[in-house]
Amino acid sequence: MDGLYKLTIGELSDLLSKREIKSVDILNSYIQRIKEKDPQISAYLYNDFEEALQNAEAADKIIASGDDFPSLTGIPLSIKDIFLIKGKKTTCASKILDNFISPYDSTVVKKLKENNYVFLGKTNLDEFAMGSSTENSAYKITKNPYDLNRVPGGSSGGSAASVAADLCAGSFGTDTGGSVRQPAALCGVVGLKPTYGLISRYGIIAFSSSLDQAGVLSKDVTDAAIMLGAVAGFDEKDQTTRRFEVKNYAEIVKKADKSLMKGLRVGIPAEFFSDGLDPEIGSKISEIKALLKELGATIVDISLPDTKYSVATYYIIATSEASSNLERYDGIRYGRRHKEEDGKEIQSLDGLYRKSREAGFGNEVKRRIILGTFALSAGYYDAYYKKASLVRKLIIKNYKDAFGKADVIIGPTSPTPAFLIGEKTADPLSMYLSDIYTISVNLAYLPGLSMPVGVVKNPTKDGGVLPVGLQIISPWAMEDRLLSVAKIIEDEVGKYIRK
Amino acid sequence: MNNNDLFEAVIGLEVHSQLLTKTKMFCSCPNIFGLEPNSAVCPVCLALPGALPVINFEGVKLAVKAALALNININKKSLFARKNYFYPDLPKGYQISQYLDPVSSDGYLNIKTDGGGKKIRINRLHIEEDAGKLIHIGNRSYVDLNRAGTPLVEIVSEPDISSAAEAAAYLKALREILVYLGVSDGNMEEGSFRCDANVSVRRKGDSKLGTRAEVKNVNSFKFVEKAIEYEIERQIDIVLSGGSVIQETRLYDSKENTTRSMRGKEEAHDYRYFEEPDLPPLILSEEFISEIRNSIIELPEAKRGRYVSEYKLTEYDAEVLTQDKDIARYFEDLIKENNGRVEIKKLANWVINELLSELKVREGEGRSLIKAQDFLELITAVESGSINRNTGKIVLAEMLSSGKKAGEVIKENNLAQVSDDKGIEDIVKQVLDENQKELADLIGGKDKLFGFFVGEAMKKTKGKANPKKVNEILHRYIENYKSGRS
Ligand SMILES: [Zn+2]
Repeated sequence: MDGLYKLTIGELSDLLSKREIKSVDILNSYIQRIKEKDPQISAYLYNDFEEALQNAEAADKIIASGDDFPSLTGIPLSIKDIFLIKGKKTTCASKILDNFISPYDSTVVKKLKENNYVFLGKTNLDEFAMGSSTENSAYKITKNPYDLNRVPGGSSGGSAASVAADLCAGSFGTDTGGSVRQPAALCGVVGLKPTYGLISRYGIIAFSSSLDQAGVLSKDVTDAAIMLGAVAGFDEKDQTTRRFEVKNYAEIVKKADKSLMKGLRVGIPAEFFSDGLDPEIGSKISEIKALLKELGATIVDISLPDTKYSVATYYIIATSEASSNLERYDGIRYGRRHKEEDGKEIQSLDGLYRKSREAGFGNEVKRRIILGTFALSAGYYDAYYKKASLVRKLIIKNYKDAFGKADVIIGPTSPTPAFLIGEKTADPLSMYLSDIYTISVNLAYLPGLSMPVGVVKNPTKDGGVLPVGLQIISPWAMEDRLLSVAKIIEDEVGKYIRK
Repeated sequence: MNNNDLFEAVIGLEVHSQLLTKTKMFCSCPNIFGLEPNSAVCPVCLALPGALPVINFEGVKLAVKAALALNININKKSLFARKNYFYPDLPKGYQISQYLDPVSSDGYLNIKTDGGGKKIRINRLHIEEDAGKLIHIGNRSYVDLNRAGTPLVEIVSEPDISSAAEAAAYLKALREILVYLGVSDGNMEEGSFRCDANVSVRRKGDSKLGTRAEVKNVNSFKFVEKAIEYEIERQIDIVLSGGSVIQETRLYDSKENTTRSMRGKEEAHDYRYFEEPDLPPLILSEEFISEIRNSIIELPEAKRGRYVSEYKLTEYDAEVLTQDKDIARYFEDLIKENNGRVEIKKLANWVINELLSELKVREGEGRSLIKAQDFLELITAVESGSINRNTGKIVLAEMLSSGKKAGEVIKENNLAQVSDDKGIEDIVKQVLDENQKELADLIGGKDKLFGFFVGEAMKKTKGKANPKKVNEILHRYIENYKSGRS
């Protein structure tokens, strides 16, 4: 069968169940596609087709032996290079881990293995997930499949591009301030960041522990539900996971019906339509608003008054935690240990630390370590870290109040469509603002989803377009509602925008 | 007047004690001393990327137990925090500890002093993890991370201690309680029980505290006292010569008996404490706490008091019997088993004089006590006269070695005391026959030789004869000889 790479997980799984195709067929389709397209896009840091073939053959055996197999069986997926996989290189797109082979599996990967997935390769990201364009990778620049001169967003830019360019059936990423949703929006795919604590963080390289959450990038909402169901749940190795009831999201999404929209209160926060928003994106979101109204939803104007502090709050909390989380990269036990020019070991301990970290970390990582170290230091802790923690509480309360009036909140995912490579690298602050609508969701531990709802004209490419993402936010641990609303919108506006 | 009499010392102690858990505080690696370097490690305690800590509730239980025993208030909600600094023995680059909101705060410990007793207030007890170890060989340093992540409690006293002797008494009392409860092995030499001392001096009558120095690296009880004494002297000398004490960390050098400044970077730490985002707040339920409270056994101080008032033992005996909680429990089992038959004082003597000395001989063989019931059988055998006291000691030794019961040992070795008159009479006759010269002397008035004959008779029975009976019968024979009736 031709063009298997274009299909969704749901479609592939269906064909596998009917024994119309084999996992190996799907894999071959992707291998060909990757060989053809990835040299231009650079979504992957590396592929492992040998391992993938073993996975696919094993999956085919399982499928041949019975009908009862998990829905990711035989499905080729890509993984952001921040998840540890036993025996595989995990660099986090940093030079400091350029030689690190993980001796253990992250919980997400362990669950994927139990689901008989096919591992296609590791995708590119901003170093240590710090960035919004994937330009901070120490290895390569990933391009937006819609326009190779533009960024895919970040930090899960490689994952988003790999899904958008059909270089995999779906991808796992992480989202600390928008790192799944923003690239999903810029690449025109679905990106889901679940409630903090729904997916285990064990074996995911930590950036900011109280904000990091694994997420999925997929071709449609159904796939996001399938992927979430495969990896969600309490993990005794991660004490921040909660004993939530893990629902059958795929089943819930399947049953989602327009009638659900009747009387659903959809909150529109004024703060998400402020000055920095691209007017064309604004009008796309307004179209969705009108659509929902037509479907019977009640549109409610709400306010999240403290979200104006969310970027500042985020950059204090995230950098503070990062400054501590990245202390383990010291050149002592693993990772890059810097040597003298003549190849000899550095003799002083301080020298070993300084030189290994100086050579190993990129500029954005260093910038954030310095920021975070400052925010936590004696004399500044109260003014910065402590104050930020208090503001975080206000933001949580804003959402709590808002969800008293609304059942879901919608708005744009990103203030702009995909920007040009190099456009914002000189100005970190304008880069930080590309996560202005996503950050507060992480601060409030809430689930958020970005889905493509249309395109705007690409100003630098004749006849070209750039995707627009709609962000939906639901109350805490209500992924079922979030996914259902997304599915209904998807049914109305059309699935997955093809390039 | 001695210069020292013009000053008083103000001392606070920070004690770190490892907890006797099976596994480490935040991972499931074994918590065992002396394993091959880097053999008890995992992604968590090696601080591999992506690894996360998980609270060991066994460690929390022991910490709460210690806090309750030290009269420290338990905080039902406490927080873990990160203490950040770089060192090769600290794999994560931070130590998980508690900073604001520790698991327990505000308590006290009563100590004995020359002037009677004193209450030393305790500021807090909190949970943290130990670092690994550096091993320096030649100009190379090696890292062993077996100890990294070992559970610790840090117990911080208020500066209520005013002398080196009081510091030692506080440490001794603290250690005794922790060891008694099975919270710690209290081993200072192996580093599982460590102490840092904050020492300052001021002129008597001054209300303002002097500048303090922190004395570290004190690894035995003896050295704690010496290090503090030295430090007090040093500071008094400085003040008397018009200088001022610098706030600093000083290392104790036990060979030189001095403290040395460790000025430099070690001093400049800004630990950047903040709440550990990988761990939720530690919430303890009332049930959890009261379950632990109920599991706390009678502490040595209370036990000693009870032994004196209830069992009518001397202070000294009570002290000896309670030093080791296993022995104390054994003694109490013995009393229960005895049920009033043998006098408690006699039981205490058996434990102190016979059992403990036998155990001392066997030190290092690994202690295995005989059952209280079996020991009581032996005691009863002696006290009722069926074997004599010396035989009893031999039987006890055999029981401890072989694990056999008293009755078996006595029977197998034919040790039962010969008490029947006929048997003893035969032996006495034999002894008299064999020692005609001595007999003649005895009859002639050399009374001292009486003892000689008793000894000979006992020898013949290998000590089994009832000495009282031997005396009686021998006496009768001698009297008969003397009156010419034989
Ligand atoms: Zn471990």
